[in-house]
Amino acid sequence: MSNVPPDLKYAKSHEWLKLESDGTATVGITDYAQNSLGDITFVQLPKVGAAFKAGEAFGVVESVKAASDLYAPVAGTVLAVNGALDGAPEKVNQSPFDEGWMLKLQLAAPAAVGALLSADDYAKLVG
Amino acid sequence: MVDFAGWYMPVQYRSILEEHKAVRRAAGLFDVSHMGEVDVRGPEAGRFLNHLVTNDVGRLFPGRVLYSPMCYPTGGVVDDLLVYLRGPEDYFLCINAGNIDKDLAWIRGQAARFNVVVTDRSPDYAQLAVQGPKAPAIVQALTSVRLDLVEYYHFTEGTVAGVPCLISRTGYTGEDGFELYHPAAEARRLADAVLAAGVPYGLELAGLGARDSLRLEAGYPLYGHEITAEISPLTAGLGWTVKLDKGVDFIGRAALASEKAAGSAKKIVFFKTGDRRIVRSGSPVLGPEGEVGRVVSGTLSPILNEAIGSALVDANAAAEPLAVDIRGAKIALQIVRPPFVPLKKL
Repeated sequence: MSNVPPDLKYAKSHEWLKLESDGTATVGITDYAQNSLGDITFVQLPKVGAAFKAGEAFGVVESVKAASDLYAPVAGTVLAVNGALDGAPEKVNQSPFDEGWMLKLQLAAPAAVGALLSADDYAKLVG
Repeated sequence: MVDFAGWYMPVQYRSILEEHKAVRRAAGLFDVSHMGEVDVRGPEAGRFLNHLVTNDVGRLFPGRVLYSPMCYPTGGVVDDLLVYLRGPEDYFLCINAGNIDKDLAWIRGQAARFNVVVTDRSPDYAQLAVQGPKAPAIVQALTSVRLDLVEYYHFTEGTVAGVPCLISRTGYTGEDGFELYHPAAEARRLADAVLAAGVPYGLELAGLGARDSLRLEAGYPLYGHEITAEISPLTAGLGWTVKLDKGVDFIGRAALASEKAAGSAKKIVFFKTGDRRIVRSGSPVLGPEGEVGRVVSGTLSPILNEAIGSALVDANAAAEPLAVDIRGAKIALQIVRPPFVPLKKL
């Protein structure tokens, strides 16, 4: 069974989003996603300041098996990326919801978060 | 789990990278029961096989194993296989799972003129591979056969954990180890015994993913990648397996002799990149003037922590600076002679 933390929002494309108290959001991929990909060997992330529409590819995660696009769950501008993944992409396998985070986003429209899946709905999707 | 040549097989048990490292460090247990087995028996078995394959079967003696490609008249490869000589008229072949039907049809077609009996034994045999520096100690703990007397590319027959086995000191990882051919019904019992004996040594279960990354790191060819119906053993750098002078007109000899005389138009090269981005099979290889070939295998070396692979390139481009494009980034290929990692001389 995959770990699906209850306090996060989810995209059908297997990214999670955590709404922070200052209105920004942190984004990563789910435990289900990292487990499906297997050993993650490389994470390609965008530059700070890049802007993405909802559903737009913001990067690539590579495992031994395949390279997969990463999709912005909602529209926003990149405030920070997790540079630690450059040298240690395995953090996404080991700690997908914490040390394996990928982006901090300034949301274009915070209300859009409401359209994402709840933990319960995502758990059903991957159940 | 994936479908592999009709077998439902694990790509990984835990982690491809960790299983790979366990084999290099200690040992791994691979279920390779999908591999095909064929008996070739009869008064002309040796003569037939020497006609069938490119390496010299005449060099075999009972207890010796030979690696060889088996070619079409064009010099392209039908399959690569292991030939075991059990007795004067009794040979045993191990062939690739994905090629069993094709190989049997080919072998039987070629055998028509010889006094031999070709029998598909694939359903009868399961095969476990115990690979890694601790493999000899682990298997020795389960058998009274003196394994120190069985050298690399030799075999013997005896029981392991009470299961009758053909005990072959061979493998597909570049490490020391054994491939144990045994009755299919005993596979579970043997696997449980090897696992129980091996865990204290650091043995781990290893899947198809680690099998592929280990063989590539060792520089071994995989049928369908470095060798195919279109890629001859000479093109693949396996000239040592093509015995043009063995005194037998084997299948593919004329084409391979011409290729050797003229020089191969293309060649397989092995590369590393110094970068973690995996260079995927099928990627175009770029020379200074444009595309000069295609990547045929690519993975991340868990030991070097960088991308490694092989490519089929125009022979006259092989010495030029080569690169691939990964999502818009130009990655230079550093051509290397495998193995990619230091391996114990076996």
